[in-house]
Amino acid sequence: MKTGIVSWGAYIPCYRIKVEEISKIWGSDAESIKRGLKISEKAVPGIDEDTVTISVTASRNALKRSKIDPIEIGAVYFGSESHPYAVKPTGTIVAEALETGPDYTTVDLEFACKAGTAAIQICMGLVKSGMIKYGLAGGADTAQSAPGDALEFTAAAGGAAFIIGKKDVCAEINHTVSFTTDTPDFWRREDQKYPSHGGGFTGKPAYFRHVLGAAKKMMKTMGTTPKDYDHAVFHQPNGKFPSRAAKMLGFSEEQTKQGFLVPFIGNTYSGASMLGLAAVLDQAKPGQRIIVTSYGSGAGSDCFDISVTEKITEARKKAPLIKTYIENKRYLNYADYSKKTKQYIME
Amino acid sequence: MTVPQIWRKIPQFYNLYGKKCSSCNKLYFPPRDICVECGDHKLENFKFRGKGNIITYTIIRTPLSDPEGELIDRPAREIPYILAVIELEEGPRLTSEIVDCSPDEVKIGKKVESVFRKIVEKGPKGVIQYGYKFRLSG
Ligand SMILES: [Zn+2]
Repeated sequence: MKTGIVSWGAYIPCYRIKVEEISKIWGSDAESIKRGLKISEKAVPGIDEDTVTISVTASRNALKRSKIDPIEIGAVYFGSESHPYAVKPTGTIVAEALETGPDYTTVDLEFACKAGTAAIQICMGLVKSGMIKYGLAGGADTAQSAPGDALEFTAAAGGAAFIIGKKDVCAEINHTVSFTTDTPDFWRREDQKYPSHGGGFTGKPAYFRHVLGAAKKMMKTMGTTPKDYDHAVFHQPNGKFPSRAAKMLGFSEEQTKQGFLVPFIGNTYSGASMLGLAAVLDQAKPGQRIIVTSYGSGAGSDCFDISVTEKITEARKKAPLIKTYIENKRYLNYADYSKKTKQYIME
Repeated sequence: MTVPQIWRKIPQFYNLYGKKCSSCNKLYFPPRDICVECGDHKLENFKFRGKGNIITYTIIRTPLSDPEGELIDRPAREIPYILAVIELEEGPRLTSEIVDCSPDEVKIGKKVESVFRKIVEKGPKGVIQYGYKFRLSG
């Protein structure tokens, strides 16, 4: 059997802040931001939530959906821009919480918003080569944004995890390709609390060049056209970029609807394209085909061509759907939001 | 707690491991070495499911103050917070914070389930302790 997704799991914190509430503080026009970014609210982590807790919860959901013994997991890779430790891997805490035992390899990954899809590629390689039976690959973030910066409307929290293997796969990964260059569109230097970005430079030479580059390369390699896919997922830093990328490639709104979560939860960075894929798997029918393209600033895109199997119908019932997490929400005012994201200095 | 103490309690904090007496089947959380019921020393690991209900609770609005800034521990919680005594389905009771809800939603008898959260940061340079907290489960 082809290597693929044995199981998937997701988690989104319950707190939300609306664009209107952020606009009120900084004097921006909420309506034009909502229209421009195609986002209405974003997910905010609780004060006791971080990339580790999100990764553990998403991974436990993935484990619930599968029949595998966690001891059979031979590799654990999580991608994030907000690993809580600079030195001490997130993967070790996730694996311990999952009770994988000590027979696994791990390292934390970082590539802006695409480190999670790189984790899937690494696990695919290890599974295909026979080095491991199952690998756990995930992406999660509690994204940071400077108060008053444009990123504040979108920088959100959430994550997803995938068990990659060859046996009982819910979705076969037919192929993966990447498109990577040295493009400084968004970065954060060591010891800086908030990232910096190139403003308009983040569009054409960055997001669009890489996302379109990877997706076109995939369709050329596979001999496919947008019509061959039932669902398409693109990295979603806001609502505008993925909608435009889909249109430029020739995908319809119908094809992208299922994995388009950014209007309701914001940009979950390393979690974004993976949550999009997880939301598609929450609904997809056996036989359907999915194309997923991530994007990480710096810059690169990973693209996956995926076919859903009949195993998916049973698996999806065993853990909470993303829809449940999106609907379970508690609104914050800006003061509470500042407290939760530690924008106040409380010593 | 020191770093080795935190490390030793990982099974208990991450996955609610307690003990079960091999002789009389009495369950314990937190784990202990000798059974208080029968005095047996043979206790085996037992993983609790993390489901239970609220026996009683209190709202902490004025936590222990630290005017000299001597305490290194920085609990990962906001003020006020909800502290509850929870009876696990399997029997034992424990004290835990209830998260993701406001004080007026908590009631005695409500069902709860465990979640994985940050408990304490040993200052900005220290280790982070993770473990169980609970939330209302509807
Ligand atoms: Zn006993």
